[in-house]
Amino acid sequence: MENLIALLVAAPLVGAALLLCGGKRLDRTGHLIGTLFSVASFALGAALFADMLGKGAGDRTLHQQLFTWIPVGGFRADVAFQLDQLSMTFVLLITGVGSLIHIYSIGYMAHDERRRRFFGYLNLFLAAMLLLVLADNYLLLYAGWEGVGLASYLLIGFWQHKPSAATAAKKAFLVNRVGDMGLSIAIMLMFTTFGTFAFAPVFAATDRTGQGTLTALGLLLLLAACGKSAQVPLQSWLGDAMEGPTPVSALIHAATMVTAGVYLITRSGAIFNAAPTAQLAVVVVGAVTLLFGAIVGCAKDDIKKALAGSTMSQIGYMILAAGLGPIGYAFAIMHLVTHGFFKAGLFLGAGSVMHGMNDEVDMRRYGGLRKYMPVTFVTFGLGYLAIIGFPGLSGFFSKDKIIEAAFARGGTEGWILGGAALLGAAITAFYMTRVMLMTFFGEKRWDPAEVHPHESPKVMTIPMIVLAIGSVFAGGLFSINEVFVKWLEPVTSFAHGHSPVSATTVTAATMVVLVIGVGIAWGMYGRRPVPALAPRGSLLTRAARRDLLQDDFNHVVFVRGGEQVTGTLVQLDRSLVDGAVTGTAASMGGLSGLLRQLQTGFVRSYAVQMLGGAAVLVAATLLMRGV
Amino acid sequence: MSSVASVHSLWTVAAGAPGKIPAPHIEYTELSPTLIVLGAAVIGILIEALVPRRNRYYSQLLLSLVALAAAFAAVIGLAAGGFGSSKAHIAAMGAIAVDGPALFLQGTILLVSLIAVFTFAERRLDPAAHGNRVDSFAAQPAAVPGGPAEQAAVKAGFTTTEVFPILLFAVGGMLIFPAANDLLTLFIALEVFSLPLYILCALARRQRLLSQEAAVKYFLLGAFSSAFLLFGVALLYGYAGTVGYAGIAQVVSDGAKQIDPALAGTMGNDALLLIGAALVLMGLLFKVGAVPFHMWTPDVYQGAPTPVTGFMAAATKVAAFGALLRLLYVVLPGMRWDWRPVMWGVAIITMLGGAIVAITQTDIKRLLAYSSIAHAGFILAGVIATSEDGVSSVLFYLGAYSFVTLGAFAVVTLVRDAGGEATTLSKWAGLGRRSPLVAAVFAVFLLAFAGIPLTSGFAGKFAVFKAAAQSGAGWLVVVGVLSSAIAAFFYIRVIVLMFFNEPKADGPTVAVPSPLTTTAIAIGVTATLVLGLAPQYFLDLAGHAGVFVR
Repeated sequence: MENLIALLVAAPLVGAALLLCGGKRLDRTGHLIGTLFSVASFALGAALFADMLGKGAGDRTLHQQLFTWIPVGGFRADVAFQLDQLSMTFVLLITGVGSLIHIYSIGYMAHDERRRRFFGYLNLFLAAMLLLVLADNYLLLYAGWEGVGLASYLLIGFWQHKPSAATAAKKAFLVNRVGDMGLSIAIMLMFTTFGTFAFAPVFAATDRTGQGTLTALGLLLLLAACGKSAQVPLQSWLGDAMEGPTPVSALIHAATMVTAGVYLITRSGAIFNAAPTAQLAVVVVGAVTLLFGAIVGCAKDDIKKALAGSTMSQIGYMILAAGLGPIGYAFAIMHLVTHGFFKAGLFLGAGSVMHGMNDEVDMRRYGGLRKYMPVTFVTFGLGYLAIIGFPGLSGFFSKDKIIEAAFARGGTEGWILGGAALLGAAITAFYMTRVMLMTFFGEKRWDPAEVHPHESPKVMTIPMIVLAIGSVFAGGLFSINEVFVKWLEPVTSFAHGHSPVSATTVTAATMVVLVIGVGIAWGMYGRRPVPALAPRGSLLTRAARRDLLQDDFNHVVFVRGGEQVTGTLVQLDRSLVDGAVTGTAASMGGLSGLLRQLQTGFVRSYAVQMLGGAAVLVAATLLMRGV
Repeated sequence: MSSVASVHSLWTVAAGAPGKIPAPHIEYTELSPTLIVLGAAVIGILIEALVPRRNRYYSQLLLSLVALAAAFAAVIGLAAGGFGSSKAHIAAMGAIAVDGPALFLQGTILLVSLIAVFTFAERRLDPAAHGNRVDSFAAQPAAVPGGPAEQAAVKAGFTTTEVFPILLFAVGGMLIFPAANDLLTLFIALEVFSLPLYILCALARRQRLLSQEAAVKYFLLGAFSSAFLLFGVALLYGYAGTVGYAGIAQVVSDGAKQIDPALAGTMGNDALLLIGAALVLMGLLFKVGAVPFHMWTPDVYQGAPTPVTGFMAAATKVAAFGALLRLLYVVLPGMRWDWRPVMWGVAIITMLGGAIVAITQTDIKRLLAYSSIAHAGFILAGVIATSEDGVSSVLFYLGAYSFVTLGAFAVVTLVRDAGGEATTLSKWAGLGRRSPLVAAVFAVFLLAFAGIPLTSGFAGKFAVFKAAAQSGAGWLVVVGVLSSAIAAFFYIRVIVLMFFNEPKADGPTVAVPSPLTTTAIAIGVTATLVLGLAPQYFLDLAGHAGVFVR
C-alpha cells in the first residue's frame, strides 16, 4: 500500500495541470474534472485508511521513497512520504472537506467565466496541502508550505479585477513571507545542527542538542506557524483574505491551510517537548490570539469577516493546546478536525446566504432569512451550536478538552490559560449568537424589491448537510472511549493532564459562560431591533472594527519604518556608492585623457618612448639581478 | 642548479641534442605547412607575372585558399601523427621546433589566415568604380594619391591582386616565428612576416594618405625594434657562444662549459645575458603591442585597410606570443627570477594602459586597437605563469581572441557611409535599430572582448587568470580583473550606443556583403559562442599541446 501514497498528491496535481494547461476546450467540463480528481484522492485516502485500521497500532506508519531530489555531497534531499495516523487524519480532512467544497463550488461558481481556472487552483491547493502533510522531511514540507501559499495567493486574488482582492492577495503573500522565512531559517539551522532535515533523525537527535538551539528552532517554527495560521502578530492578512470566493474561504482559510501551523507544531512535538521556553511562547501566542480573534469577531458586520475572526480565535485554541505538549496535541488535532467540519459548514452557509442575497455581505442588511433559506438556516444553525460548544455537539467535546488541558498545565500559568480559554468560550458564544440573530432572525432589513432571497441549489446544499452532520456527531464519535486520542497516541504521544479543577467543574463553568455569552447577545440583538447602519460604538468596538488597530500598527512600525530605512539606504547609495562609482569613472576618464596626450601621432616621439621603454626594461632586468 | 633543471622539465621534454645530427638534413614532412604556404606565395607572384589581369583575382583567391587549407591539413596530420607530443623534436638542423605549442599555434594562424582571405577578397562592399567591382585595396598603390595615374588605374578597373601572395608570405613568416628554435631563425622569421605587413598596411583604397602614413610609421618603428632585437641576439651570442635555444638555456642554467676562444672575454658574462635577454624581449613585446612599445598599434590599426587590420591583430599576436612563450620557457627559464618581476610590471601597465586610454577613444578601430593592447596584457599574465597551465591557457586565449578580433573587424567593414567605412563611434548610434542582426553580432564580439560568461572571452580570461593565480601572482590577477572592469565600460558603452541611442539622420548604412565576409563573420560568431559554451574540449586540446621540445 505504501506505493500508493504518492498518488494521493499526484491525483490533484494532474488535475491542476490538466485544467491550467488544457485551455478553453476544457471550459465546459473543467469543474467536473477537478471534482473527479479531488474525489479520487479522497477515495484513495479512504482505502489507505481502511488498510491502516487493519494493522496494529505500532506498525501503522508507512514510508514511500520516491526519489532523491538533490544529492550534493553530504546534503541529501529526498522526495519521500510518511503516512502515519497524524498525516492520515489530515489526508481525510483535506480530501474529504476538499471534495465537498469542490462539489459546492460547481454551483457557487456556475456563472463565473474563469471557473475552469478556479478548479485548477483548487486542485493545485489540494496537491500542495497533501504534500505538506505527507512529506517525511522538512524540506519537502517546505515545498508544500510554499505551494499552499501560492494557491492561497492565487485564490484570494481570484477576482483580480477588484483592486481590493488584488491587494488582499498581495498582503496575504507578504505577511506569509515573514513566517516562511522563519521556516526556511529553521530548516537551515536544522541542517547545520543535525546534518539532515528528515523527521525521524531530527527528532531522535533532540536529546543530544543544546537548549539554545532547540529554543531557536522552536521559536522559528512558531514564527512560521504564526504566518500560515494567522496568529498574533502575523494575523493581519486573514480578514482581508475573505476577498476570495467563499468556497476558498471555507476550504483554505478555515478548514485546512490555516491549520498548517498546528500541524507543524504537533509534528515537531519532539522539538517543542525539549524546549520549554519555545512551548511557553506557543501557549502565549495561542491564548492571545484566541481572545484577539474573538474580540474582532464581535465587532464585524461583514459576515465573512466575523467568521474570519472566529477562525483566528479557534486556531488560537488549537495552538494553545499544541503548546501544552503531550497533554494537548491530540486535543489540538481533534479540535482541528471538528472545526474543519463546522467552520467549513458555516462558511458554506454564509456563501449560500450571499448567493441568495446578491452577494451582500453586510449582516445589517440581512435579517429574518430563516423562512427563505430553511436548509441553510438549519445547517448553519447546527454549525453554530457546534462552535459555541452546545452540549453533545462536536465543539463541546473538543473545546472542553482544550480548556481542561489548559487548566492542567498547573500553577498560575494554568489558571491564566484556563481563564483565557473560558473567557474566549464566552465571547465565542456572544459573537456567534450575534451572527445567527442578525442573519436569520429579527425583521427584514433588505429591500424586497431588489433582493429575492432563495434557497441554493442541491449541489450546494448537500455538501452543507454533510458538513452539518459532521459538526453534530464527529466530536461525540471521537470521544467514545477516547478513540481519537488513542488513534493519535503512537505519533503525538499522550499524557493525561492533572487539572486542579475537576472535569465536571470545567464543563459546568463552560456551560455557564456559554449561557452568559448567548444571553448578552440575545439582549443586544435579539430583543432589540438591529439598526441597519452601524452605531458609533464604544472605543473597544471601534478598535475591534479596525481589527484592533493591527493594520495601523503595522503601518506605523513596519511601513513607515521600512520607508525610513529605505530612504536612508537610497541616500547612502546615491552619495557613497554612486559617488564612489562616478568618481572612479570620472578619474579614469581624466587619466585616459591625460595618457592620450602621449599618442602624438609623431613617429619620432614614439621612437623616443620606445627607447625610454627599452632603457627601463634593461635597467629593471639588471636591477633584479642586483637585488 | 638541480632545482632549476627540475622546474625546467615541467614544461619541456628533452630531445636529442641538435649537434648529434651528422649531415645536413631537412625534414620536409615536418616542415610541410610552412613550405606549402611559402611555395604558394611564390606561385602567386608567378601568377601576377603570367596570368591575364582578368583571371588573376580568381586564381589568386583559389590558390590562397587551397594552400592555406592544405597547410592546415598538414598541421592536423602532423598533430595526429604524434609530432605534437611523443614525436616532438627539433627539425631543420636545430632551426625549427616541431612540438605541441608550435603545431597548435600554426594551426591557429592558418585558420585565422584562411578567414582573413575571405575578408581580403570581399568585392561587394565598396561601390563599383566604372562598372568594376573593387575591394578594399588601392587600384595602383604606387600611384600618387589623387593623381592622374591613380584615376587612370581606377578607370581601367585595376585591382591589387598581389595582396594574396603578400599575405601568404606574411603567413609563412608567422608559421616559422613561434617554431623558431634559434635566435637567427627567429629574427629572419620576424622580418619575413613584418615586411609584407608593412606593404599591406599601405594599400588602402580610401584614405590612402592615412594608410601610407600608417605603413611608414609601422615600418620605421618596426625597423627600430628589429634593431634592438638583433642587438640582443648579438649580446646573447656573445654570452653563450651559440644562437641555439637549447645551447643558450644550458649556459644559463649550468654556466659555460667549453669556452670558445674567440669569445673568451664575453662568454658567461651575466651582464650580456641580462641586457641581451631584455632587448630580445623588447623586440617581441613590440610585436605583441605591449606598453610601452605599443605606440604604433592605434595609428596602424586605424590607417591600414580594415581586412589587413583584422588579420594583423589576430595572426601577428598569435605568432608573436608563440615566439615569446618559447623564448621564456625554453631559453630563459633559468633566469626567470630576473625576468618575471619585470614582465609583471609590463603586464600591469599594459593591462591598465590599454584599458584606460581606450575609454576616451572616438574611433572604433582605435578603440579596438587599445582593446588589443589590454588583451596583450591579459595574455602576458598567463605567459608569466611559467607553468604548463600557463602555456595551455595562453594557447587557448590566443585561439579564442583571434576569432573574436577577426569577426569584429569584419563587422567594421560593413558599416559605411559616403566616405567609405564609418569608423567614427558617434556614427554608430542607433545601429541596433537599423540593422539589429549586425549590431547583435558585434555586441557578441564586444561581450567576448569584455569577458562576459558564455563567450570565449570569459573562458580564455578565466584560464589565464587561473594560471597566473596558481603561479603565485594573485595581485596580478587583481589588477587584471580591475582592468577588465575598466575595459567592460567602453565595450558596453558601444553596445549602449548601438541599441539605446537614437539613430542619426545622416548615419551610416550597413552594406550587404558577399558570402565571403558573411562566412568570416559567421565563423567568428560560432567560434566565440562554441568556445564560450563548451570550452573544455579546446582547453584539453591546448592542455595536450602545452609542452615545449628542447
